[in-house]
Amino acid sequence: MESNLLSLLVWLPVLGLLGIALIPRHRTKEIKWMAALATGIQLVLAIVLWSKFDPSDAGMQFVERADWIPSFNISYILGVDGLSLPMVILTALLCFIGVFVSWKIDHAVKGYFALFLLLDTGIMGVFVSMDFFLFYIFWEVMLLPMYFLIGIWGGPQREYAAIKFFLYTLFGSVLMLIGILGLYFTCGQTFDIQVLIQNAPEMLSGVMWWGMSAIKVIWVLLFIGFAIKVPVFPFHTWLPLAHVEAPTAISVLLAGILLKLGVYGILRLNYGLMPDGVWWFAGALAFLGLINVVWGGLCALAQTDLKKLVAYSSINHMGYSLIGMAAVIAAGSANGANTTAAQAGLAGAVFQMFNHGTISAMLFILVGVIYDRAHHREINGFGGLASQMPIYTGITALAFFAGLGLPGFSGFISEAMCFIGAFPVFKGIVIASTVGILLNAAYFLWAFQRIFFGKLNDKYSDLAEINSRELFTVIPLAIITVILGVYPAPFLNLVKSTLNLIIEMVASGSPIAGM
Amino acid sequence: MNNLQSLSLYWPELILTVTVLGAIIFDLFLPKEKSRNVGWFVFGGLLLSSFAIIGQDSQTTTLFMDAIVLDPFGQFFKLLVISATALVIIASQENNELKGYSQGEYYSLLGILVFGLFLMVSSVDLISVYLSLEVVSIMSFILSGYLKNDQRSNESALKYVIYGAFSSGVMLYGMSLIYGITGSTNFFEIQNQLVGGSGDYNLIFVIAIVMILVGFGYKISMVPFHFWTPDVYEGAPTTITAFLSVAPKAGGLALFIRFFHQVMGDGVALEGNGYLTNTELPWPQMIAVLAVATMTLGNLVALQQKSIKRMLAYSSVAHAGYMLMALPVLSSDGIQAIMIYLVMYLLMNLGAFFVVLYVKNRTGSETFEDYSGLGWNMPILGIVMTIFMVSLTGLPPTAGFIGKFYIFASVIKAGSQFYWLAFFGAFNSVVSLYYYFKVVKVMFLDGEKSETIEFPNKPILGLLLVTAIPSLLFGIYWRPVIKWVEYSFHFFTQIL
Repeated sequence: MESNLLSLLVWLPVLGLLGIALIPRHRTKEIKWMAALATGIQLVLAIVLWSKFDPSDAGMQFVERADWIPSFNISYILGVDGLSLPMVILTALLCFIGVFVSWKIDHAVKGYFALFLLLDTGIMGVFVSMDFFLFYIFWEVMLLPMYFLIGIWGGPQREYAAIKFFLYTLFGSVLMLIGILGLYFTCGQTFDIQVLIQNAPEMLSGVMWWGMSAIKVIWVLLFIGFAIKVPVFPFHTWLPLAHVEAPTAISVLLAGILLKLGVYGILRLNYGLMPDGVWWFAGALAFLGLINVVWGGLCALAQTDLKKLVAYSSINHMGYSLIGMAAVIAAGSANGANTTAAQAGLAGAVFQMFNHGTISAMLFILVGVIYDRAHHREINGFGGLASQMPIYTGITALAFFAGLGLPGFSGFISEAMCFIGAFPVFKGIVIASTVGILLNAAYFLWAFQRIFFGKLNDKYSDLAEINSRELFTVIPLAIITVILGVYPAPFLNLVKSTLNLIIEMVASGSPIAGM
Repeated sequence: MNNLQSLSLYWPELILTVTVLGAIIFDLFLPKEKSRNVGWFVFGGLLLSSFAIIGQDSQTTTLFMDAIVLDPFGQFFKLLVISATALVIIASQENNELKGYSQGEYYSLLGILVFGLFLMVSSVDLISVYLSLEVVSIMSFILSGYLKNDQRSNESALKYVIYGAFSSGVMLYGMSLIYGITGSTNFFEIQNQLVGGSGDYNLIFVIAIVMILVGFGYKISMVPFHFWTPDVYEGAPTTITAFLSVAPKAGGLALFIRFFHQVMGDGVALEGNGYLTNTELPWPQMIAVLAVATMTLGNLVALQQKSIKRMLAYSSVAHAGYMLMALPVLSSDGIQAIMIYLVMYLLMNLGAFFVVLYVKNRTGSETFEDYSGLGWNMPILGIVMTIFMVSLTGLPPTAGFIGKFYIFASVIKAGSQFYWLAFFGAFNSVVSLYYYFKVVKVMFLDGEKSETIEFPNKPILGLLLVTAIPSLLFGIYWRPVIKWVEYSFHFFTQIL
C-alpha cells in the first residue's frame, strides 16, 4: 500500500472519472458526490502522505519505478520531495474544494466533473513524475480538460479565452519538448530526472550549439515553457482572459495550482539540471519578477472588473516568487557565500507559491459568490454591501488583507522572505519592487472600499448572505492562511532540506564561460 | 532471380490479381443495387493476400530480374496499404454518395490500385517505379471521378489527370537523364556508378533529381507539387479521399526512402546512423527546406478552410511535411520514425475521414456549420472526432504525439545542424492546433445542447472504434508498433 501511494494519488481521479462515466447523465447529484468522493479520498491520501513524509530527508521519497518503453529509456517514475509535497497537498485540497465550488453547475454536469477529475490527474501527475517524458505527458494532459472547462462552461468570451490559453501553453510546451529531447541526447539518453540532475551539469558544460552554450539554449527553451504558465511578463496576456472567462472553480485551480506548475518546473528542472544557468539567468529572473510586480500591480489598479483585478493580482504575486528564486545566487562564493539569504529567498519563493495558492483561491471563490448573486462583477456597480452581507464582508476583508500582505497572514511572511533573501544581491530591484507592495495595498483597499462601503445600491437590498456551502469552501483556506501567518515553521521545516540541496548545487556552480 | 522462379515468391500480388479478375467477373452476375457486394469479395482477397505477406516471413531477395525486391520494409508498407484499403472498403459500403452507381468497378479498381502500390513499395528499378506510379495514378484518376453526376467529382478527376500527366512526364524525363549518366535503370547499379563515379556530371544530375522529385513529390503532395490535393480531395467520394490521403502517401514515402537512401546514399546506406550521401548535391538540405515549406503552407492554408474535408486535405499536406522532416537526417532512426508516423497517421486520418463520411451521409455537406453541436447530440461521434483532432495536432496521450515525438527525436539526434527543422516542426504543430480545434469548438462549444442522443450505425461505429481505440492506446503504450517497425526495418541492400 505504502509504496503505491503516489500512483493512487495520481490515478484516483481517473477511477472517479470511470465511476462518473457509469452514472446516467441526468443523475447529477450522484455525479457530484462521486467527484467529491474521489477528491475527498485523494485529500485524505495526501494527508497520509504528509504524515509519513520524512522532512529531514532531502531526496525523493515514496519512489515508484516501472519500465514503460525500454527501447527509448522511458520509464514510469514517481517520487515526492520537500519541493513537491506542499504542492501535492495544495492540489488535493483545492480540487476537493473545487468540487464544492462547482456544486451549482447545471449544464452538462457529467462532462464537467469528468473533465475536472482528468485535470486533477494531470496536475497531480506533473508534481510527482520524476521521468521527464512522463512529466511532459501529464503537462500536456492538463491542457485538453482546461480547454473544455473554460470553453464550455465559461463566460461570454469563453471560446476566445480557451483557444488563446491553449495556443499559448502549447507554444511553450513544444519548445519544452525540443529542450527535453536536446537534454536526452546530450545527457546519456535518459529521461530519469534524478539521473539527469546528477549528470546534466557535467555533461552539458562546454557543449556548444551554433556557437552558443547548450545550457543557455536548453535553459531558455524550458524557461519559456514554464514562464508562460507562471506567467512571466511578457507571456502573461492569456491569464486575465482565461481567469475571467473560466467558471469559478476553474479559476481557483488555474490561479491556485496551474500557475505554480511554472515556478515548480523552473525550480525542479531549470535549477536542478542547469545550476550553472542559474548564475547566468538570475539577474534576468529578478528583473522579470520586478516587472511582474509593478506591471501586475498597475494593471490590477486599473481594473473595474473584480475578477480581472484578482487575476492581475496573481501576476503581481508571482513576481515576488520570481524575485525570491533569483536570490539563490547569494549562496555563491562570488556573492559572499551568504547561505542564509539564499535560504530565505528560496524558501520565501516556495512559501509564496503555496500562499498564493490558498489566498488567490479564496479570492476567486469570493468573487464567484458575489457574481452568483448579482450576476456582474463591476467594482463600481456595488457599494455599501457591508451592511447587507456582514459575514461575506468579513471573510472578504480577511482575504483582501491576506492578499495585500498584511502581517499576521501567511502572504506577509513569504513576501518578506523573498525580499530579505534578494536584498543582498539585487538591492536596486528589491527597492524598486516595494512600489509593487504599495500598488498591491492600493488596489485591494480601493476595491474593498468601493464594494463594501458607501451607500447601499437599492438593487441589492435583497442580496442573500454567503451560504454554508460557500463558507465551507472558504473557511479551510482562511484557517491555513492565518495559521501559517502566525506560525510558518511547519511549512518551512517541510521544505527546508530539499531547498538546501538546491542551494548547495547552485552554490557549487559557476557562471557559464564564453557565450 | 529469374521470372519463373520469382512467381513462387509473388503470392500476395498473384492473389490480388486473381481477386481483381474474379471481382470483375463476379460483378457481371450481380444486379446494380447489389453490386456493392463486390467489395466483400475484394476484402476477402486482401485478407488472403495479407496472410501470404505474413507467411513470407522476413525473406529478402530480388524478383523479376532485379526489377523489384522482396524485403520486410516492403512488406511493412504492403500491410499498411492493405489495412487502409480494408477499412476503406468497409466504409465504402456505408457511403451514400455511391448510391445509385454501379459499384462493381469501384472495388475492382481499388484492388488494382493496391496492386500498383505493392509494386511501388518494392520497386528498385526506374522502369518499375514509373510503371507503379502510373498504375496508381490512373486508378486514382478514375476513382476520384467516380461520381459521374457530381460536377465537383468530375472536376477533381480532370485536375488530377492534368497534374498527374504533367508531373509523370517530367519525372520520366529526369529518369532518362539518370539513365544517360549511369547507363542503368537499376537502383543499385546507379548507386555503384555514383559512388565510384568521377562526379563531373553534377549539374545534369541536379536537374535529373529535381525532375524526379516532381513525380515523387506529386504523389505525396509535397509543396510545390501539391496544387491538385485540395480540389481532388474535396471532389472525390469521401471514402476515396480517405484512401488517397493515406495509402498512396505511404507508397510514395516508401519510394522516397528507397530512392534517396539506396541511390543517393553511400555504400553502407541504411546500415547505420549518420551515413553520408554519395554526391556533392546537398539533397538532404533540399528536402529539409521542402519539408518545412510543405508543412508551413499546408498549415497556413488549412487555417482558412470552411469545409472540413478541404481542411483535412491541407492538413494531409502538412503531415507529409512532418514525415519528410525525418528523411534528410540520414539515419535509420529517421526512417523508423517515418514508419511509426505512418502507422499513427493511418489510424487518425482515416478515422477523421470516417467521421466526415458519416456526417456527410446525414447532412449532405461537410462545412464547419454542419458540425455545430454535434458533440452534444452525438456524443460518441464528438468524442471520437476529438480524439482524432487531438491526435492529428500531436498532443499526448495520443498516437499522433508518439509519431511526432519520434520524428523530432530523430531530427534532434542528428545534431545541431537540423535543430532549425525541429523548431519549424514544433511551431507548425502549434499552428495546426488552431484549425483542428476549430472542429472541436463547433462540435462542443457552439450549437444548442440537445436532449436526445443519437448513435452512429453499427458499421460506422465499428470503424470509428477500430481507429479511435488504437489512436488512444498507441499514445500510452506503443511498444507493439516499435517492435513491428524494428522488425520491418530490413532492406534488400546487396549491391550487384
